[in-house]
Amino acid sequence: MSEQHPPKRPAGDEQGDTQPAKPHQPNLAAEETAAVVSVDTAGGAMGPSAVPASAQSGQLPGGPDTLLRKIFTGSGMVSVLAVFLALVIGGLLIASTDTRVASTASYFFARPTDFLTAVWNAATRSYIALFQGAVFNPRGNSVAAQFAPFMETLTIATPLITAGLGVALAFRAGLFNIGAQGQIIVAGILAAWVGFALHLPLGLHLLLVLVAGIVGGALWGGLVGVLKARTGAHEVILTIMFNYIALYFLRYLLNTPAFQRPGESNPISPILDPSAVYPQIFGSQYRLHLGFILAIGATVLVWWLLNRSTVGFEFRAVGANPKAAQTAGINVSRSTILVMAIAGGLAGMSGVAQVAGTEKVLTDGVAATYGFDAITVALLGRSTPWGTFAAGLLFGAFRAGAVQMQIQTGTPIDIVLVVQSLIVLFIAAPPLVRAVFGLNPRRKKPARAAKSTKAATTGGAA
Amino acid sequence: MKLELRGITKRFGTLLANDHIDVVVESGQIHCLLGENGAGKSTLMNVLYGLYEPSEGEILIDGKPVSFRGPGDAMAAGIGMVHQHFMLVPVFTVAENVALGAEPTKAAGFLNLDETRRRIREISDQYGFDVDPDALVEDLPVGVQQRVEIIKALVRNAKVLILDEPTAVLTPQETDELLDIMRQLKAGGTSIVFISHKLREVKEVSDTITVIRRGKVVGSAEPSASTTDLASMMVGRAVSLTLEKAPAKPQEKTFEVRDLTVIAHNGQHVVDGLSFDIARGEILAVAGVQGNGQTELTEAILGLQDRVSGSITLDGKELLGRSVKDVLKAGVGFVPEDRKVDGLVGTFSVAENLVLDLYDKPPYAKGISMSPARILENAKARIDEFDVRTPSAAAAAGTLSGGNQQKVVMARELSRPLRLFIASQPTRGVDVGSIEFLHRRIVAERDQGTPVMIISTELDEVMELADRIAVLYKGKLVGIVPAGTGRDVLGLMMAGIHPDEQAHPQPAASRPAPTSDAEGGDHV
Amino acid sequence: MSTTVSSRPGNPQPDNAAADTGAASISAKPVSWKTPVLLAAFGLIALVFFGLLGPNKTASFGISTGSDFFQLPALEVNAFGGGIVLSVLLLALAAYAVYLKTKGRPAPVWLTVTFIVLFVAAFLIWVVGGARTPSISLAGLIAGSVTLAVPLVFGSLSGVLCERVGVVNIAIEGQLLGGAFTAAIVATMTQNPFIGLAAAAVAGAVVSMVLALFSIKYLVNQIIVGVVLNVLVSGVTGFLFSTVMQEDKARYNSPPGLDIIQIPILSEVPIIGPILFRQSLVGYLMYVAVLVVWVGLFKTRWGLRVRAVGEHPQAADTLGINVNATRFWNVTLGGAVAGIGGSFFTLVAIDSFTKEISGGRGFIALAALIFGRWNPIGAFFAALLFGFADNLQSIVTIIGTPVPSQFMAMLPYLVTVLAVAGLVGRSRGPAASGIPYVKG
Repeated sequence: MSEQHPPKRPAGDEQGDTQPAKPHQPNLAAEETAAVVSVDTAGGAMGPSAVPASAQSGQLPGGPDTLLRKIFTGSGMVSVLAVFLALVIGGLLIASTDTRVASTASYFFARPTDFLTAVWNAATRSYIALFQGAVFNPRGNSVAAQFAPFMETLTIATPLITAGLGVALAFRAGLFNIGAQGQIIVAGILAAWVGFALHLPLGLHLLLVLVAGIVGGALWGGLVGVLKARTGAHEVILTIMFNYIALYFLRYLLNTPAFQRPGESNPISPILDPSAVYPQIFGSQYRLHLGFILAIGATVLVWWLLNRSTVGFEFRAVGANPKAAQTAGINVSRSTILVMAIAGGLAGMSGVAQVAGTEKVLTDGVAATYGFDAITVALLGRSTPWGTFAAGLLFGAFRAGAVQMQIQTGTPIDIVLVVQSLIVLFIAAPPLVRAVFGLNPRRKKPARAAKSTKAATTGGAA
Repeated sequence: MKLELRGITKRFGTLLANDHIDVVVESGQIHCLLGENGAGKSTLMNVLYGLYEPSEGEILIDGKPVSFRGPGDAMAAGIGMVHQHFMLVPVFTVAENVALGAEPTKAAGFLNLDETRRRIREISDQYGFDVDPDALVEDLPVGVQQRVEIIKALVRNAKVLILDEPTAVLTPQETDELLDIMRQLKAGGTSIVFISHKLREVKEVSDTITVIRRGKVVGSAEPSASTTDLASMMVGRAVSLTLEKAPAKPQEKTFEVRDLTVIAHNGQHVVDGLSFDIARGEILAVAGVQGNGQTELTEAILGLQDRVSGSITLDGKELLGRSVKDVLKAGVGFVPEDRKVDGLVGTFSVAENLVLDLYDKPPYAKGISMSPARILENAKARIDEFDVRTPSAAAAAGTLSGGNQQKVVMARELSRPLRLFIASQPTRGVDVGSIEFLHRRIVAERDQGTPVMIISTELDEVMELADRIAVLYKGKLVGIVPAGTGRDVLGLMMAGIHPDEQAHPQPAASRPAPTSDAEGGDHV
Repeated sequence: MSTTVSSRPGNPQPDNAAADTGAASISAKPVSWKTPVLLAAFGLIALVFFGLLGPNKTASFGISTGSDFFQLPALEVNAFGGGIVLSVLLLALAAYAVYLKTKGRPAPVWLTVTFIVLFVAAFLIWVVGGARTPSISLAGLIAGSVTLAVPLVFGSLSGVLCERVGVVNIAIEGQLLGGAFTAAIVATMTQNPFIGLAAAAVAGAVVSMVLALFSIKYLVNQIIVGVVLNVLVSGVTGFLFSTVMQEDKARYNSPPGLDIIQIPILSEVPIIGPILFRQSLVGYLMYVAVLVVWVGLFKTRWGLRVRAVGEHPQAADTLGINVNATRFWNVTLGGAVAGIGGSFFTLVAIDSFTKEISGGRGFIALAALIFGRWNPIGAFFAALLFGFADNLQSIVTIIGTPVPSQFMAMLPYLVTVLAVAGLVGRSRGPAASGIPYVKG
């Protein structure tokens, strides 16, 4: 992540002598990674981006990068396998602390099947509970109750999606926005205040709550952009610090009478006016609220912004190669500020979803861990809008299901963190996943040597 | 020490960089590897130096096969290498850089650099290097940095010294000094492998020449061979380097630079009081050794430099102080010197790169809404027009070869009406076929009546394209001379000596063109 | 992470241009106005709030503690007068910085450091003077700061070791947390805090190895790996805490602590004694670690190689240094150091592990690393400053000052923002930090 000029590249990098800048490494998969990194880093001039190189270009109609092709060439497959692998490891962790597993392990050599069954049971019991808590509960009394978990998943996914979009958008512009947490908090503060302190007509009130939240997040994010653009301070440090500043500011406010319920001194705000909260989409039986529809809208908007607008083109260009962007007349500082503001605004929508949708009050847990989860959501979604949307749904399901899992099986919610982070790690390292599943292309030895003369003459002359 | 490479083959994936190369370097000999950019010379030397493992073949020292698992082994065997881009840690002192990897230590791993300092002074005195062991490398001029690299090899008792394109960053005078050093080293018994594509230097200093083309040895030659013969061996066909271009028809001067000064971050005046004009329909080539202010000059024109004073006017309008976007809008087309860093977004598609500075102009965008269909249409047209070899318009630009990448940049910049065209190192790292094509496009732009400014460190390119030649030295304009000015005059100017200051000024136009033609094989 | 303050992305500075034109006319280096302006602003803040609006009460600072072998009288300062004097000094320093700027010279480090020290003193006098009970023990305050700084110092040393070799370490938090957890569980099960300490180092190293593996072998962006690792460690420790430790606290989560070792006599010297000679084993290790890392990095062969790999890996490679192995083992070492820092939580500070016990201190350690300019000694003092702020927060809550404690808690983060935005000036991290090394 150095913006300093890197040390000079090795001999002849641009002169063409070592044009095939691939390392000599023992397997093809690593060479492949290196080649992608090489394209991604302008030949080593920058750190590798958070955004996969294949996802940095815009989506042109007629391009070869169709979904179908992606699935077949591997990145889709790797994602599925990564999720699977993470679940397996999570399952083993669950099993390792299971009492039944422990007791069967003591006579493992006598009856190993007992042990294996216990492992299988421990893991699957938790995952089944997770699934039932996240998607469909067959034991529900009515169809409505059976689908309640899914609605809960969507509810929890809502802030994950919008904050994830904010992180993803910043990634695309080459910025590590670790600050969704703080942006959600500031948005929550403003939105909640508008929601409980002002009393406005139906419609207008909610609109103002939404605007206040988005503006709050945008200001908090945009401030980082300004500092980054003006002083060169690194956004990772800035956003981490801003998260804490926002949190302590919130705690301070919740200790002042203006943010407390009349006559009480608990750090909890008054309930938002009914006119200031999101309507529930499918009636009062589910918590799912208008925020989810807005999250879909935000996804569409971000997709359009990135792939069909000049602003998004600038963001992507700045993210992929800031020097080339600047040489092409793009104002890098302005893009930095703008993208951080928009990212903050998107995270702000999550703050609104929390105070005006799910919680309806402001507490110091308003952001929960959504801001940090948003980072993993964006990474899992490969920083594309719909990828982020899907990742938000997946992690929303984990979160919703984990609550049920803990109640039913006693498996702590923390397992979700483990699975979530493992998924992101594995997805970031496709060669590892392929190696685990034995999918790495076998290194063909001299078989291909014969045809390479021609390849060399075209490639080598560059 | 006799060094022999036998059947060295190096593959990168499907790409064959070295194809059964045989080279024998006799003891105390300067052996030149001659070949154009991308011929595979550096790859071969990286194999010899242990940085790459050869796919096939073997290395023999004094007849015994050796195998290097890394540069450490190669150094232990007496091989030293001075890389084209210096391998020096900028924030270390000379002594630290020299010691690195073979550090003399006291007890418990504590550094003891006194011994290193002594050795540096010793070698420095022996060859007249004048290197201070305690100077920070980042404060040293390139010429001195190169000497530090040579010291690094000598301290390690190198018997064979590989010099990879050592003259690329040197002035003609520094080059001469280096050639002297090489002769001294040879006299002292060190063998030298001299990698170059500059025929004059090769002829001057080599004992034996091996010519490499497209990863293969295509023959060897005596230094007495004619320049044209060497050039055609290197390129693989008879070379005609004179570009057929009509004489310039300069019209009114529309681009004026006055007292332009650029101050770098470290406070140096990297461009110092430049004034010149370019007329419509003429090519002004800016010559000079790399790092004499050319980069900053183009960046100042484009609006990429912060601390600039003076004036730059195009069609009577001041460009200074305007944003890059405004400068481009005023009709400036710009091909930056390092396409990978400044010219292209490697992960973007070719189509996107072809509108990198036009993306927000009609017809590619209406308001802030872009039209992918138009962008694709444009891409197809440009790809055809410039013969860009790419799998598709949606391929990532970073995956194309250097020549094709350069065509993309050039196609983009020439795809709109221009009032000024600036191309920096327009053919650096580009294959011969593309060079001709790109040169022709540049001349065509001139013939349409655009003022053209070419910045090149390759003297041959300058001489080939220029209608007038401006020479920069340490940020100052040494002078502007007409096309056809002799190589020796230009060489002196590149070292900061104005022709008028010479005892016998050469009449600029008196040198016959064919001379430069014959020597012109150099840069290909 | 290698540069806090870097040239804007698009101001290309050709690698050799400066050197080439070495003889070109030299004019003053452009010095940023940021530092003088910031200093002046803070001087004015001090004058107005700590001076002019300062409470006209006497603030008392106890210097000796009861156990000291000789007693010094408490330092008593009139808060109003002290504030005025100190803020005038601050403004004088700021004025000097402005003067230097007009001469085209940057503010020297001593100036910034003195400024910070005086500002903190002025602030302290103001806070204490305005409190309900305007008296605190300075000795206790400083000793407490050192204690709170221990994990920060270890964390930032881990950062130094990693970044100097070219790997960004955002996972300090995870390494601390992993160390804390492992120290607790191993020390409890073995009933031996020293084994727990060693296990903490191993745990930190393991976290680091994952970082190294993913960033070096699989070339994954180092920040991503760091961020994700923090989540992973938090998840794993949280999970095991809930399932294992909670089930049987006596068996898994009541580690025997590391006792405070008092050096006879020396520990009774006022102020110095408690800081240097009344520490736990981990505390003493901290001083040793800072010195060893500093000497190691700048005086030994190992350090020269480490720094070369972090600055210019290709150069190191061509001299036969195995870049990726050097990186891997140094990152691992860094993790071990942070792991030891983590053990401080469960073996010294508190006698059991709880979820998220590191509480974001890994990020403050990261800030200390940058504030200390990638130098072990600098990082040490930066960590002390942050430990001081942390300690002050709890003290002001006790003595009852008008400053809300939340703002005190915010202070390290605000200071860091100011620091990275220019107060520490242009600082340069290792050039290759964050960039994976691929041969070729």
